[in-house]
Amino acid sequence: MEKVKEILQNYSSEGRENLIPILQDIQDNNGWLSEGSIIEVGNHLNLPVSKIYGVATFYNQFSFQPKGKYHVQVCRGTACHVLGSASVLKELESTLKIKPDQTSKDGLFSLEIVACIGACGLAPVISINGEFHAKITSDSIKQIIDNYKQQQNN
Amino acid sequence: MSEFIKYKEFIIDNVLINSKNNNEEYKHKINILKREIVYKPIIFIGTGTCGLGAGAGKTLNVVKQYIEENKIDAQIIETGCIGLCSAEPLMDIQLPNKNRISFDNVTQDKVVDILNNIFKYNNKQEALCQFPSENNESWEDVIPINEIPFFKPQKRIVLKNCGIINPISIEEYIANGGYKNYIKVINNDKPLEICDIIEKSGLRGRGGGGFSTGKKWKFALNTPSNQRYLICNADEGDPGAFMDRAVIEGDPHKLIEGMAISAFAIGATKSYVYIRAEYPLAIERLKIAMQQAKDYGLVGENIFGSGINFEIKIKKGAGAFVCGEETALIHSIEGKRGMPRPRPPFPATSGLFGKPTIINNVESLSNIAAIIENGKDWFASIGTENSKGTKVFALSGKISLTGLVEIPMGTTVREVLFDIAGGIPNNKKFKSVQIGGPSGGCITEENLDIPIDYDSLLEVGAMMGSGGLVVMDEDTCMVDVAKFFMDFIQRESCGKCIPCREGTRRMLEILEDITKKPANGDSHDALKRFKGITQLEKLGKVIGETSLCGLGQTAPNPVLSTLKWFRNEYEEHIFERKCSAGVCTDLRVFTIDVDKCTGCTICARKCPTDAIIGAKKTPHFIVDDKCISCGTCDEVCKFDAILIN
Ligand SMILES: Cc1cc2nc3c(=O)[nH]c(=O)nc-3n(C[C@H](O)[C@H](O)[C@H](O)COP(=O)(O)O)c2cc1C
Ligand code: FES
Repeated sequence: MEKVKEILQNYSSEGRENLIPILQDIQDNNGWLSEGSIIEVGNHLNLPVSKIYGVATFYNQFSFQPKGKYHVQVCRGTACHVLGSASVLKELESTLKIKPDQTSKDGLFSLEIVACIGACGLAPVISINGEFHAKITSDSIKQIIDNYKQQQNN
Repeated sequence: MSEFIKYKEFIIDNVLINSKNNNEEYKHKINILKREIVYKPIIFIGTGTCGLGAGAGKTLNVVKQYIEENKIDAQIIETGCIGLCSAEPLMDIQLPNKNRISFDNVTQDKVVDILNNIFKYNNKQEALCQFPSENNESWEDVIPINEIPFFKPQKRIVLKNCGIINPISIEEYIANGGYKNYIKVINNDKPLEICDIIEKSGLRGRGGGGFSTGKKWKFALNTPSNQRYLICNADEGDPGAFMDRAVIEGDPHKLIEGMAISAFAIGATKSYVYIRAEYPLAIERLKIAMQQAKDYGLVGENIFGSGINFEIKIKKGAGAFVCGEETALIHSIEGKRGMPRPRPPFPATSGLFGKPTIINNVESLSNIAAIIENGKDWFASIGTENSKGTKVFALSGKISLTGLVEIPMGTTVREVLFDIAGGIPNNKKFKSVQIGGPSGGCITEENLDIPIDYDSLLEVGAMMGSGGLVVMDEDTCMVDVAKFFMDFIQRESCGKCIPCREGTRRMLEILEDITKKPANGDSHDALKRFKGITQLEKLGKVIGETSLCGLGQTAPNPVLSTLKWFRNEYEEHIFERKCSAGVCTDLRVFTIDVDKCTGCTICARKCPTDAIIGAKKTPHFIVDDKCISCGTCDEVCKFDAILIN
């Protein structure tokens, strides 16, 4: 919560224009928007909490539960779809045993579908904590995920 | 910190302000800044998003390690993307007095060999191409870049510097002709004159609508107000398009200069770049470039003593496709839910915070500086009668060479796909290319020879859109593609107007029905599903005509277009319950191989619809009418006894 207070200090409490940038900063820092942080934001901007939820839930970027240590984004854009991202997603779901927008029980992995990460030339693409993995196949997924698991164990 | 910072004074006094200074010393300095002349080796690595995706980060590390271990006095420069995504990671090397030479597919394991050959053994080795220069010696047996089939037919205006210069060196950008025209404009021209030039050049918006940029600017300029805004639309929502990202990563100053000139032309002093949060690298490079422009006094107050002020702010999008729409985008910047509102009033008269606002796409804005430099007639001489200039396309999908190409309007689709991008890989047959993303349509074999321009594309039921070209071959199912787009649109619909919110959902349901095997053996089923097609057409028409914003108005296009050109595939799905491309797995027919089945009963127990019957230890069989083609039996069978076709 201290972090949220710190973030809020960077923004004036005037006007609604800062609402989305504030939420983005909190999301970037904490990985998600907790109820407490949204109340803080409401106090700062003098906006009802319902209004803030209204805005936050409209945008895909915001998540309302903590993300995993490794956040896996699967591109489901057109180019990736044509090259088989649907089965990539299926494979990930069964390897990680979670569905999109869920976090694994051990808190290690979370899964998210994104529309296009702009690397269509290398489709299908996934991104884990911002690191891109291109030309994914069902086989390479297992290996990639195993690598992250190992990183965790070391 | 750029190594060229020591040239700042020279650049401001002799390049930007008094560029007539053409003596030898001036030319020499410019050549240094343009890296025509280098005194120590330079290694360039393309670290745009696609480069990094292909492993350029690891390549970069190995290069760093190599020059350290071998004590080579060389400089490493990270560039943006030159457009050949399928050849990434790309590494270029420029030795003193030698042409810059480019290597493709340089994954980390190849670095040491290449560098050894260059720095130690002086061995010949295969390269992708070289960059010809009159100041330097050329490499033997290496093809010049402009003779490679991928680059030869291109005309690069927007992408001119991409992948070549250091994107975060303002000095290099200026040495290549940048910002000079901006200074000239703000000191000598009137806003209306600039609007006129842009209007007469024939530039039309590259964000999809294709509206005359100059005309739009005049609406804002002619609306009296104490404040006007310019917004650069870098939301790039079309999944399958990435040219705006590449332009910003590869040459952010071109966008900033274009925005500065545009803001002057409409009388705006404040501007925003609304950019997707999914593009962190583009945001980072843009921020650095903005700071450099500020340090040079090109952004800020009283720019170069002209009395003109210009300010840019970055606003990150938050992942909503509809926010690419102008009024939704404005709401999003204002901190509200990104929902569109009816137009008029158009943003040009009443936009951000109620003030006149011009929204332009990244590529539109990146054309402005070149038009001012070379003149409206030059620009108008490129392209076709009603579509001037060039267009950048993002090639992806089932095509040999993926990446970015910039071609003059009027180039045929066939030239782009087959001459430039090398056709379809793996000896597969071309089926269609999707253009314009979720608002667009497909171009089939019979239309491959149409020239690419705004009007010709509309005639065949497609549209220019933002410039994503996703190529599909015989293994792609067009009904599935239609379903994919409908699913996307239906999720991204903001929910404000009923036709779009409800209509797209219904269209998706019909498509899902067609691609799924019915659970019961209703004999009227095929007929019902065929009725679905006629309903798709009717629904599509209503949604298109009655939706509030462009999202809904164009949402039915991918479905209507595939229906028009691939009706046979729809009929095959409906009547034969078959998907020739093998994509719609729910239509598969399952049977049990009696010779292999041992009667272990596991499939019968796991089948979710109890469609498998048979006594213990005797071969089982599947009741066709009950089977929903889920594939569970195949997954659990230990004897490989399930046959699928
Ligand atoms: C649903 C929807 C999404 C859009 N997405 C984008 C986009 O991602 N980028 C863009 O430049 N224009 C997009 N547009 C078009 C913009 O609304 C607008 O027409 C354009 O940015 C104007 O700039 P231009 O005249 O330079 O093309 C979209 C339009 C709609 C209806
Ligand atoms: S479609 Fe997947 S990166 Fe663009």
